[in-house]
Amino acid sequence: MKQQMSKRLKSILTPIIAVLLGIIVGTIIMLFSGYNPVAAYTALWNGAFGEIYYIGEVIRQFTPYILAGLAVAFAFRVGLFNIGVEGQFLVGWLAAVWVGVAFDLPRVIHLPLAILAAIAAGALWAFIPGLLKARFRVHEVIVTIMMNYVALHVSNYLIRNVITDHGDNSGPIHKSATLRSGFLESITDYSRLHWGILLAIISCFIMWFLLERTTRGFELRSVGFNQHAAQYAGMNVNKNIILSMVISGAFAGLAGAMEGLGTFEYAAVKGGFSGVGFDGIAVALLGGNTALGVFFSAILFGVLKVGALNMPLEAGVPNELVDIIIALIVFFVASSYIIRVFLDRFSKKEVK
Amino acid sequence: MEYVIEMLNIRKEFNGFVANDNITLQLKKGEIHALLGENGAGKSTLMNVLFGLYQPEQGEIRVKGKPVNISNPNIANDLGIGMVHQHFMLVDTFTVTENIILGREITSAGKIDIKKAEQQVREISERYGLSVDPQAKISDISVGMQQRVEILKTLYRGAEILIFDEPTAVLTPQEIKELIQIMKTLIKEGKSIILITHKLKEIMEVSDRCTVIRKGKGIGTVTVSETNPNELASLMVGREVVFKTDKKEATPKQEVLEIKDLVVKDTRGVTVVNGLNLSVRAGEIVGIAGVDGNGQSEFIEAITGLRKADSGSVKLYGKELINHTPRQITESGVGHIPQDRHKHGLVLNFPIGENMVLQTYNKKPFSKNGILNFGEIYKKAKTLISEFDVRTPSEYTLARALSGGNQQKAIIGREVDRNPDLLIAAQPTRGLDVGAIEFIHKRLIEQRDNGKGVLLVSFELDEIMNVSDRIAVIYEGKIVAVVNPKETTEQELGLLMAGSNRKEAGEATNV
Repeated sequence: MKQQMSKRLKSILTPIIAVLLGIIVGTIIMLFSGYNPVAAYTALWNGAFGEIYYIGEVIRQFTPYILAGLAVAFAFRVGLFNIGVEGQFLVGWLAAVWVGVAFDLPRVIHLPLAILAAIAAGALWAFIPGLLKARFRVHEVIVTIMMNYVALHVSNYLIRNVITDHGDNSGPIHKSATLRSGFLESITDYSRLHWGILLAIISCFIMWFLLERTTRGFELRSVGFNQHAAQYAGMNVNKNIILSMVISGAFAGLAGAMEGLGTFEYAAVKGGFSGVGFDGIAVALLGGNTALGVFFSAILFGVLKVGALNMPLEAGVPNELVDIIIALIVFFVASSYIIRVFLDRFSKKEVK
Repeated sequence: MEYVIEMLNIRKEFNGFVANDNITLQLKKGEIHALLGENGAGKSTLMNVLFGLYQPEQGEIRVKGKPVNISNPNIANDLGIGMVHQHFMLVDTFTVTENIILGREITSAGKIDIKKAEQQVREISERYGLSVDPQAKISDISVGMQQRVEILKTLYRGAEILIFDEPTAVLTPQEIKELIQIMKTLIKEGKSIILITHKLKEIMEVSDRCTVIRKGKGIGTVTVSETNPNELASLMVGREVVFKTDKKEATPKQEVLEIKDLVVKDTRGVTVVNGLNLSVRAGEIVGIAGVDGNGQSEFIEAITGLRKADSGSVKLYGKELINHTPRQITESGVGHIPQDRHKHGLVLNFPIGENMVLQTYNKKPFSKNGILNFGEIYKKAKTLISEFDVRTPSEYTLARALSGGNQQKAIIGREVDRNPDLLIAAQPTRGLDVGAIEFIHKRLIEQRDNGKGVLLVSFELDEIMNVSDRIAVIYEGKIVAVVNPKETTEQELGLLMAGSNRKEAGEATNV
């Protein structure tokens, strides 16, 4: 039992140490390039928590991160690497906005319909690599990467040629399909905070409950750990592979709805990827692929992204440096093995 | 007499758990010294101490009388200690020669002189009677030959003392004979050998002396010629062990399993089960004897639904089951103790408790409306763990953390508890110690006595002879003979397994 405890402690300590190391190395880099790290981190802090407006923006920012992180983590728990969260996110975004602009319905119908459209689009987009993996053993990493490009350019085509007539913006969705909330905006000094955060929190619970408490989750986890044993036990391995991709894509599509129905209320032609899907990989990794871990690591990413906007203004530190610090944190998380080794040494010494 | 290795009063702890407690092992020059102990007794720990992978807390190691400090495997290598691992450390896509010289490459101007290396490998292999093809790829050669490559690796590095870690666990009876010959040649050439094993027969056959350890403690060293298997077994287990499995006469009833003209291909598309016919009745144990690679694995996989059969019929109480899914077959009343417990039998990263419901998680009371009931699951697990004597700290411990024998007991508990009409046991005692083997045999016979059919596949002739009521010999994917264990001999079975027909085999053994 004591061993169990220290194991849990270690899995919490590891990401925290990774973050601290990222900040320390970031400090060194700033010192070398002639910026004041204290001023920079103060600016970061103020940019995230200094005003209620910023707090609202932080929450708005990490809402899609939670969902993208859940998408990556869910597939990962079943032994699949879904690099296609970005593409599923984009088709989800577009589907939500499309329903948002094409219909004019009462809010109780329109908003859920738009959200479901996003979920369905993301799920469908992930179903394809899932099917190819289950049926023909085509590696999901290759297929999902390629599907990202297909998603990007097909979305752009649809916005230009189907939703609008050679426009580069879908135009705003009807108010009946928005996730925006006058109430949430008013209590956060008119930030863009929207109801999506509730959906993200519910999604965390759904992921935890589905994986840890249901027979379906038992099958999915079995397939993730040992396909042969799952097959031996009478589980349908292929069905579970496809299902896990579909659920993963559904989370990703819902993340798209956060942007399409909440933050932006439109879909525009994009020159490149949004990055939310790829950040989702880092969020899942930092969160140890658990629902609760994803929730907290998404918060950290949201804080860094929003707080960083204040660093050039208040401390004169370029935005790029903030990206470097985030990258360093991810780097240290990815090499968390090293941290674990040190923690093991440390705890061994204590035993003696 | 000169000792080449002396390990004196070795003590090794892991976080308070004492794996080796005051163990002494002295190896004479030119002897085969067996190290005997149950799974988890501390044999591997002791050898890892000798090989420099672990540092002992207490005790002294002497090589040729001189105290040494072996702090890493390179030092062990330099002292002439070589280890032949149970799980081969070979690069599959490299050739035999490349594997042997790995880390000790002969180079000229930065290029590996593969010709010269092959020549050296050939020389060593001839000197010690280890026939290998230096140019063959590891992935293309048999397990027995891979082991010879492992031995050559240590000899190439100049080993004088060879440690064999459970070397026969992966070998066929023929390969075991060859290995024993090799070990004798090595001794003749002046090497000394430590043989880690829990197979008493091998110890009696090859070793000069034997050191027994039990639960981490050194029990003592005996001269093999002055002892017998019963004494060794009771030293190892700490109590009397019954070798001849006690069982009543079988009372077979109606047919449980009927297999007709079964044809199955292996992964490469070669037909390996070729028109197999077999029947198992309620209340009997049918043993399948055969040399590894005669279609046993594919046969079992086909009748349990893990592999597609090409044609034929598999009936359980008259109900056709061919090419049904594993779940349909399981739920029709078939229990399956799989050949590879890590690959098929367990999800190693699940707690042992969740492994106990691997097939029944979707049934009441373990779940209701798709929601798991962990209370019921762990209650069940707790009962099975105590009933089948699975030694584990708790039912929440990961299956990975259990020893092989306890993992196997857990699987058997799970399969027997479902009370199947037919229990298929594929190599159920592979790699287990005598205590666990005895337990498992008892359970199989218990199933039989409860009127169930048992199909046992094993490469161990002893096991087949001891446990079965009827023996079916498999050769090249067919059952070539069905014999009564009371009316046959190991020689006759051996010949049948090698493809002689019944009449020839009978005559040969009569002469």
